[in-house]
Amino acid sequence: MSAIIDFCGPWWPWVRMLLFLVGTAAFAGLNAAYLVWCERKIAAFVQRRPGPMEVGPQGLLQPIADAAKLLAKQMLTPPAVDTILYRIAPVAMIIPALMCFVVLPYGDALMPTRIDLGLLVVFALSAFNVISLMLAGWSSNNKYAIISSARVVSQNVAYEIPMLLTIVTVILVTGTTDLGTIVGQQGGWFWNWNILRGIWTLANPLVPISFLIFFICMLAETNRAPFDLAEAESELVAGSFTEYSSMGFGLFFMAEYVNIVVGCSLATVIFLGGWQTGLGNLLSFLPDWAAAFVGLGAFFAKLYAMIFVVMWIRWTFPRTQFYGLLNLSWKVLIPVALFTLLLSSILVKLPNLF
Amino acid sequence: MSSPTVEQLAAALAPLAVDVVVPLPPPPPPPKPAPARPVAPKPAAPAADGAAPAAAPAAAPAPAPAPAPVAPPPPPPPPEPVQICDFAARGVHLEAVVRRDAVVASAELMRTHGFAMDTITGLDWMAQGLMEVVYDYFHPLSGLRVAIRCRLARDTEDVPTISHIFQGANWHERETHDFFGIRFAGHPNLTPFLLPEDATYHPLRKDFSGAPAE
Amino acid sequence: MLLLNKEEALARVAAHHVGGPNETFVLNLGPQHPATHGVLRVKLTMDGEYIRKAECVIGYIHRMHEKMGENRTCAQFLPNTSRLDYLSACQYTHAWTGVVERACKIEVPQRAEYIRVITSELNRIASHLVGWGAWVMDLGGLTPILYAFDDREKILDLMEGICGARLTYCYYRVGGVVNDIDDAFIQGAKAFVPYMRERLKMYKDFVTDNVILRKRLEGIGIIDQDMCLRYGACGPVIRGSGIANDTRKTEPYSAYKDFDFDIPVYNECDSMARYLVRMDEMEQSLRIIEQALAKLPEGPFINPKVPKLLKVPAGTYTYATEAGRGRFLVRMVADGSDKPYRVKLRTPCLSNLSLAEEVCEGMILPDAIAFLGSLDLVIPDIDR
Repeated sequence: MSAIIDFCGPWWPWVRMLLFLVGTAAFAGLNAAYLVWCERKIAAFVQRRPGPMEVGPQGLLQPIADAAKLLAKQMLTPPAVDTILYRIAPVAMIIPALMCFVVLPYGDALMPTRIDLGLLVVFALSAFNVISLMLAGWSSNNKYAIISSARVVSQNVAYEIPMLLTIVTVILVTGTTDLGTIVGQQGGWFWNWNILRGIWTLANPLVPISFLIFFICMLAETNRAPFDLAEAESELVAGSFTEYSSMGFGLFFMAEYVNIVVGCSLATVIFLGGWQTGLGNLLSFLPDWAAAFVGLGAFFAKLYAMIFVVMWIRWTFPRTQFYGLLNLSWKVLIPVALFTLLLSSILVKLPNLF
Repeated sequence: MSSPTVEQLAAALAPLAVDVVVPLPPPPPPPKPAPARPVAPKPAAPAADGAAPAAAPAAAPAPAPAPAPVAPPPPPPPPEPVQICDFAARGVHLEAVVRRDAVVASAELMRTHGFAMDTITGLDWMAQGLMEVVYDYFHPLSGLRVAIRCRLARDTEDVPTISHIFQGANWHERETHDFFGIRFAGHPNLTPFLLPEDATYHPLRKDFSGAPAE
Repeated sequence: MLLLNKEEALARVAAHHVGGPNETFVLNLGPQHPATHGVLRVKLTMDGEYIRKAECVIGYIHRMHEKMGENRTCAQFLPNTSRLDYLSACQYTHAWTGVVERACKIEVPQRAEYIRVITSELNRIASHLVGWGAWVMDLGGLTPILYAFDDREKILDLMEGICGARLTYCYYRVGGVVNDIDDAFIQGAKAFVPYMRERLKMYKDFVTDNVILRKRLEGIGIIDQDMCLRYGACGPVIRGSGIANDTRKTEPYSAYKDFDFDIPVYNECDSMARYLVRMDEMEQSLRIIEQALAKLPEGPFINPKVPKLLKVPAGTYTYATEAGRGRFLVRMVADGSDKPYRVKLRTPCLSNLSLAEEVCEGMILPDAIAFLGSLDLVIPDIDR
């Protein structure tokens, strides 16, 4: 490693940036493609059928074939659309989602950029997908798409609030918004992970509930079932992207999975200890490079376990109704999140009073 | 929703019934002289077969050649206007032929007795120059089945709608209008229902000889 | 940059805001739409997500079966009836054979009646399974339909074994059925009953008791009893509104008098009531199948004295059966020749759909989808 750094000399920051850029783009793209495969296989498992089997062993080449098909198709622009916005929308959907990877820490060294406001950056960028979906729906000049974009806005606004409230609760406990530091605090045994630490340190005994709220909100923010009202295929055909074809559709599809990865990564980082294995000193005999790999493995294990839950939910639950969705947010999640915030702030403040 | 007995219903329907019933259906027609049927599965009358291609594009399908074998008037005495039927043999318990102006009254009667709308359909008695509208009702709990018929002159008379009493009749009346050209006076929306929206023909009339070509 | 004074700006806003606060738009649900299961088109006048007015436009696959009936002999028309509601082919062919038997006074052997009951009830279960799966799929639950098809497959295999067809059976004939049932069928049907009971329990635990599903269906699409009568609603729709109308009980046909079964009735009048009626009906059908298999009489499976070419005596005859979606009525007018003078097919889906226009008013779109699913529509049955 140091040999490479020496070789690059003053160019090293640029090379490092390039490496991360290529790395995250490749990771996001391949991940999205193979998550589609995973989703189809999980759906098949839930529904007791084999799923994709034709292209490659166990259908493993199916995502490649799908991508090739999408790329080869013509991108139709219907005559009545607002052409510029219609073209911008898919790009505006995928770019903020990819940019989130800039601050997500996958390991001690695997952090493209370490900034103090990492958590805030992720939220700022992931809030962008509302605008993109709205743009897509509005510029398509399609009634289904417009209904869908209206739904997206009210849904995402409603769920942004409890999500941020739970995050504020966590920040009260951690005292920082730097994602690297947040993970660093959760080292050692697994009860040091934020999801459990609040209970025994009495900083915030309701952290598991906060985690649940965060997870529900993440499902809603990424428009996943049972909150997939924006692209409710039995009501709105394909929602905001009804009119899109080819890679225009492909980018939306990819962005959905990238958003899931971002959301689940964030949950892993904040609540489940990121790259910390949770095994205390048991693995301290490992050399540094091996420990880094084990950490990465731990991160991905947690990440994919959560993604599996997301997919599992999708294939077992029916879709909620719109008012049920908003009621859940405004009447249940926000009051509970506010209560945990209040409790947490009291408990954090109490020791300092005496 | 207690159900009336058949006799009560028959008594209630009696004042609405017509005085004389034309006996229908007619006895079987005599065998056709030219049995061209097996080779012509299309719904075209065999007698009009030769004339149809020439006559169809012409203006009016009404004066199309009527099929020659018209049944001779049957000799048996006319049936009763209100009949209590054997359910096992006919599938209805009560059958009544009502006057044209009593159709609405009969529907109201059915409604007050807790009957549900079953269906409305038409029947073309071309040989007799009559059109018949048949209203089927069923009682949802007792299973009583009543068929009420109303006869009208084939092309000149219309029948009042009952869609304000049984809203379900709306669609059935539209369908009957589609198929037979029977007009329902006062119907809110008598537009083509199952046929194409520009359809001007009525396929279940016995003188129908195919939809006009495009 | 374009600068406007206040008056100009207000004028522009007014010019763009065409309809004012009551502006509506028309949304075409169909004829090609994932939730209409075929070519049904519902023209919705929408105010945002609220439906102001719903208008059904049907007839996209109208085939004029009634005219075909006038041009075919009774035996030739039989396969047509199974193409109306392709999911209830047994009950539909039953109605046609029934009306011909009634008109020509043909006796049906008892064994044939029992076979008809068994196959009709199997067909009813298959039909409800498809309706249930497709409906839950409309609600966003994509998995149950595959389990439903799994069970239905067993029924289709059984039916294929006795008549060769898997969907549009033409198994019933005037005077009986075309083939006798064999041991494989009897054993298969006997094994199917306990299997299906287990599955129904599973469906109740996993789907019926799901809180999201209940929230989607409870209180949605209220059809009161009076509306049922006004529109002639039938089948699970009328039974979900608290009226115990089932043609099998009210106008007993075939051998249904011999069996002990209940008509499930729910008083809630909402979509959930219709859902529960269907689930309970499958259990009742299993009961009937079990009894019929136990009491299956020996004897001929078809009346051997039925002539090849039937001449129906002049007169009007009707025959009603209870199909999966409700009451199917055939009205045949005969003039004594070998072809009917007029055939009227009264199909349940047409009557059930006709009340949708009234019910959908004021609903929001997802509820309307849930409600349309509760009617369990088969479009060829509406359009005939």
